[in-house]
Amino acid sequence: MDGIHDLGGKQGFGRVDITGGDGAFHERWEGRVFAMVQSAFGAGAFINLDHFRHTIERIDPVAYLEDGYFGRWLGALETALVEAALVEAGQISRRAARPAEPPERFERGDGPMHSGRAVESAPAFAVGQMVRTADHGKPGHTRLPSYARGRKGIIQSLHGGWVFPDTHAHGKGEQPEHLYTVRFSGEELWGADCDDGVEVCLDLFESYLEVM
Amino acid sequence: MSELTTPALRAEALEDLLVEQGLFAPEQLDAIIEMFNERVGPMNGARVVARAWTEPTFKARLLEDATTAIAEYAFEGGQVDKLVVVENTDEVHNVVVCTLCSCYPWAVLGLPPKWYKDPAYRSRIVREPRRVLEEFGLEIAQNKTIRVWDSSAEVRYMVLPQMPERLATADETARAAAVSRDAMIGVALVQ
Repeated sequence: MDGIHDLGGKQGFGRVDITGGDGAFHERWEGRVFAMVQSAFGAGAFINLDHFRHTIERIDPVAYLEDGYFGRWLGALETALVEAALVEAGQISRRAARPAEPPERFERGDGPMHSGRAVESAPAFAVGQMVRTADHGKPGHTRLPSYARGRKGIIQSLHGGWVFPDTHAHGKGEQPEHLYTVRFSGEELWGADCDDGVEVCLDLFESYLEVM
Repeated sequence: MSELTTPALRAEALEDLLVEQGLFAPEQLDAIIEMFNERVGPMNGARVVARAWTEPTFKARLLEDATTAIAEYAFEGGQVDKLVVVENTDEVHNVVVCTLCSCYPWAVLGLPPKWYKDPAYRSRIVREPRRVLEEFGLEIAQNKTIRVWDSSAEVRYMVLPQMPERLATADETARAAAVSRDAMIGVALVQ
């Protein structure tokens, strides 16, 4: 989905504030939220990592920017707990949930949490090959950032088979695919509006790629 | 329930509710927090870097397959289903980001610093890395390639920084102490 989370290349955020924020948690509640999310996987609120990431993507876009990292986790946790019917909406104060559509309900598959999987077919691309990325914005979860859509890149390395997030996040199966690191030039991604001598490497699934 | 506005209050209310419902016990949360506060952090990655600097066979294994190379350490924390270590050289400077969320190799670097998770870093480092690195006080020579690794799948990245001359004669503990978290993300050099 073309959500607020897809931040690569967006302009207007200003300087990076590098002050403070060291250490695992900056305030006590952040640690509690972090640990509750970890525990919520075991309790069935989050079905898998991709479902968790997509739940974060669905929180209110204003809250996404305002609430910070652990605030986003808190919003996702509240959303997931309500959607999994583990708590009632009235029991918590939800700032972040903004369900545009009825939530998808599905069960966790029996695959391991580790996302690496064997894929029977041979990889379609080889190191050094030029590929072009897909040029579409799908409504659901995807790991093809918008800034790298419809762009030419070179296969840098192969990583074997991995669970496909685009289906896995929605309970449509693991459907593992070959994963590749693809290297793009700064000019290809940003045109002239890019620093000199820049390359960006992305890890992309086979179905995001086509032969040039 | 009345509107709870601060995340601290929301988190507290939620924890009370979930503990009451028996979803988990507070001690379970304490144990997770303790692990990430005390045992999971950049000191783990720093040990790996310090060893790679002086043990060529380990460095070769690390660059070939970091997941297997670090298995013997049994680092806790997770998020390294597949770890790739990228080496800084005289020609290439590497820097790591996750533009879509905030993916980060927890087992070797701990949880990420605040700026790594903020929109400014995530949006800009893929587009104007030279300018962003300058804001960190790091100027990369114009003739050097900057390679940005955007962690868009389950592969996690750690930078192997270059070893400064002064550490050539130091012992491994002193070398590890010199390796900062920021150097392993790629926004700093080892001084």
